[in-house]
Amino acid sequence: MSYAVNNLSHGRELIAFRVGDQEFCVNIMSVREIRGWTPATSMPHAPSYVLGIINLRGAVLPIVDLSLRLGMKPAEPTVRHVIIVAQVGPKVVGLLVDAVSDILTLTDDNMQPTPDIANEAAKAYARGILAIEGRMICLIELDALFPHSESEAA
Amino acid sequence: MDMNEIKEIFFQECEEQLAELESGLLKLNDGDRDPETVNAVFRAVHSIKGGAGAFGLDDLVSFAHVFETTLDCVRSNKLEPTQDVLKVMLKSADVLADLTNAARDGGSVDEARSRTLIRELEALANGETPAAAEAPAAKPAAAAPKAAAPAPVVEKPVVNDEGFQPIPFSFGDFDDEPAGHYVPTVQVVFKPKKDLYAKGNEAVLLLRDVSRLGDMSVYCDMDSLPTLDKMNPEEAYFSWKISVTSEKGEDGVRSVFEFAEWDCDLDINTIEEDVVGEVTEDEEQPMQPVPFDLSMLDEGGSAGNDEPAVMESDAAAAVAAAETATKVAQAASRAADNKAASAAASAASAAQANQAAAAGQTIRVDLDRVDRLINLVGELVINQAMLSQSVVENDANGTSSINMGLEELQQLTREIQDSVMAIRAQPVKPVFQRMARTVREIADITGKSVRLITEGENTEVDKTVIDKLAEPLTHMIRNAVDHGLEMPEKREALGKNPEGTVRLTAKHRSGRIVIELADDGAGINREKVRQKAIDNDLIAADANLSDEEIDNLIFHAGFSTADKVSDLSGRGVGMDVVKRSIQALGGRISISSKPGQGSVFTMSLPLTLAVLDGMVVTVAGQTLVVPLTAIVETLQPEASAIHSFGASQRLISIRNSFCPLVDVGRILNFRATQANPMDGVALLVESEGGGQRALMVDAIQGQRQVVIKSLEANYTHVPGIAAATILGDGRVALILDVDAVVAASRGQSLRQDISLAATG
Repeated sequence: MSYAVNNLSHGRELIAFRVGDQEFCVNIMSVREIRGWTPATSMPHAPSYVLGIINLRGAVLPIVDLSLRLGMKPAEPTVRHVIIVAQVGPKVVGLLVDAVSDILTLTDDNMQPTPDIANEAAKAYARGILAIEGRMICLIELDALFPHSESEAA
Repeated sequence: MDMNEIKEIFFQECEEQLAELESGLLKLNDGDRDPETVNAVFRAVHSIKGGAGAFGLDDLVSFAHVFETTLDCVRSNKLEPTQDVLKVMLKSADVLADLTNAARDGGSVDEARSRTLIRELEALANGETPAAAEAPAAKPAAAAPKAAAPAPVVEKPVVNDEGFQPIPFSFGDFDDEPAGHYVPTVQVVFKPKKDLYAKGNEAVLLLRDVSRLGDMSVYCDMDSLPTLDKMNPEEAYFSWKISVTSEKGEDGVRSVFEFAEWDCDLDINTIEEDVVGEVTEDEEQPMQPVPFDLSMLDEGGSAGNDEPAVMESDAAAAVAAAETATKVAQAASRAADNKAASAAASAASAAQANQAAAAGQTIRVDLDRVDRLINLVGELVINQAMLSQSVVENDANGTSSINMGLEELQQLTREIQDSVMAIRAQPVKPVFQRMARTVREIADITGKSVRLITEGENTEVDKTVIDKLAEPLTHMIRNAVDHGLEMPEKREALGKNPEGTVRLTAKHRSGRIVIELADDGAGINREKVRQKAIDNDLIAADANLSDEEIDNLIFHAGFSTADKVSDLSGRGVGMDVVKRSIQALGGRISISSKPGQGSVFTMSLPLTLAVLDGMVVTVAGQTLVVPLTAIVETLQPEASAIHSFGASQRLISIRNSFCPLVDVGRILNFRATQANPMDGVALLVESEGGGQRALMVDAIQGQRQVVIKSLEANYTHVPGIAAATILGDGRVALILDVDAVVAASRGQSLRQDISLAATG
């Protein structure tokens, strides 16, 4: 795990957001845009965390309830929710989060490895923890959250 | 631009040339004797040869050279383009295409075949070539009166008595100059254009070659060489006056300049008692009268530069040629008499026509760019619809100028969308042309004599459809020739023309393209088909089938009536594959057959895969789009027509036949329990192999053309859903995959169906 942390710690910028009562962040380079919530068209036979699809300027964009995906309780989307449009591998997905809170700069000092106590699921996507101004922000790896194989939907 | 890009352009041009070549040869085959056709054919081969030479593709060059030589005999009327000759030539065109493909993709070519053809071509060229001077001797007399009056055909150049022969695009249907001399002295004015150097030719090499022909004297004209500060290093300034005495005469000299003739002004004359009256042959030489020379010299001058420059594009060359032609016309009208002027003018307009044609062909745009544009325009349409909707909602008194503006905007966006879609539309011609080759080859292998007639080649359809059309069409053509048509002897015995006819037509009908393939063969042998179906357990031995039903059996998987499994067809993967690929395109295929008179296959395809006509329906609060092509009829079920069947199945009786009722909402998991059929609408659909099903939806919103959006791009394939689309309100709606839903209703789960589809 420390390898991954070192690998990431070159003063890169991260976007922090709130899901439920926790804070997470992702690499800013994978974020395409941030937009407000619009009702999604639900999909048949989709996993529970896929809320549906929306129209993003002509492209069909699947919306993922990040809260549910991270093992927390399902979100109840309101107009105050935002969608982070992120590039994951070759695809673009929309992540439903409660709010975007910050833009952070990642340095070696504020980065800590994921604690051992984390459960297996969390370990798979958590890349480390940032301690900033007394807050704890979990850095997540989107590629691990949405594997490129299509198994997630099947 | 690196070498590979240039090479790629060359191959793209080759494709165009090959298409030109083939269509020209086919025209000749149909009895067209227009010299312009012959010249077009010749030009095509010549251009391929020239380009191939530049890239060192020796196989291609050597074959093209032999081909060209033979074509030259046709062009100079030394060889009559009979059916037999043309058969060899069409085969040669095929081999030339193979060689081109091999050069591009690195495949191999049937060498024996090309060697045989080379021999045949050479035999044609030699066997019937009269002594160079003999045949033409009679010709000029015939040609002269014809030439004197301006010909009505624009492309046909006019040659008048002054021997005025304008510019590159002109052709005469007369021949070489009157002969009768022993060792002719040929005078050449050779004035390279900068293109000559740009393409890597060099004047000195050409001059050296000329000097090998015989005694030569050369004078280099350097008058047009500007002072050093005004000189463009990539321009050509010198010209040469050459006088050579050679046994080979004009033809010999001409052959030296063969590769260069497009890029230089060349005037070749045999000196005889009356030089001015000389009539010269061919496209390459422009001038004879003085005004010409002057205008040309004023224009470009000529000189040597050694540095091959960047290759010019076709369009540029065509423009240059047309400009030159116009200038020539002007010069001529000033200096020469009326006849000369009209001759030059007609040549110029011909050149301009050619230019227009050439420019039309050479716009090459990456397909991705066009698609991106189409996507954006689709977006624009949706956005405009959304905007109108919100304006209507927010503006109660709808008389404002905003509404007017919006309406205009709507019209404009519709127009833009139509025009953009038209960019992707292409004529079916290339596919049809490929079919001509398929027919030839199969006819050869089967020993049948077949004539392919194509109609409506210029019918346009989306490029994706065209690309996917070739394979099923090839299959069907093979079937038609292999199974449909009888052997010539048998046809004769039946009182038919021993030559079978396969007719391929395309036309637009009610927003779709209809392609028909008709043969005049034996038709479907229904007894045999029926027996075969029984043998293969497709139908019960005592099944009572109508003629149409029997005909349609041939679309079943694993069905082939060929007694022998041949290389061509009869592997049992014939018509069912065809049907499936047509259906994958959103099309339908049907057959009608008359014993003894042949069969007609009719395919109806959507004009584009980017939009689809759909019925917008509501299911469990969701909006879905059902492709209109799948829907046979819609009906409001009555309680008396619904019958329960088994535990959960329900059937609906439609005109006394029972059809399973499928709740779309249930199948797609939108609701947990079956809806009450009386509350909804039933869509009677027909699916591949599944017969009819009645799909239950809650309500029909209307019929609409929708733009198809891929789900797979950002998500994954969803069972039961074909694609997505965006409705006027900006929301995404799903397009129903009717076949998958019907299959699911037969008890297979949707997912199973997917995995089967993946393996199948």
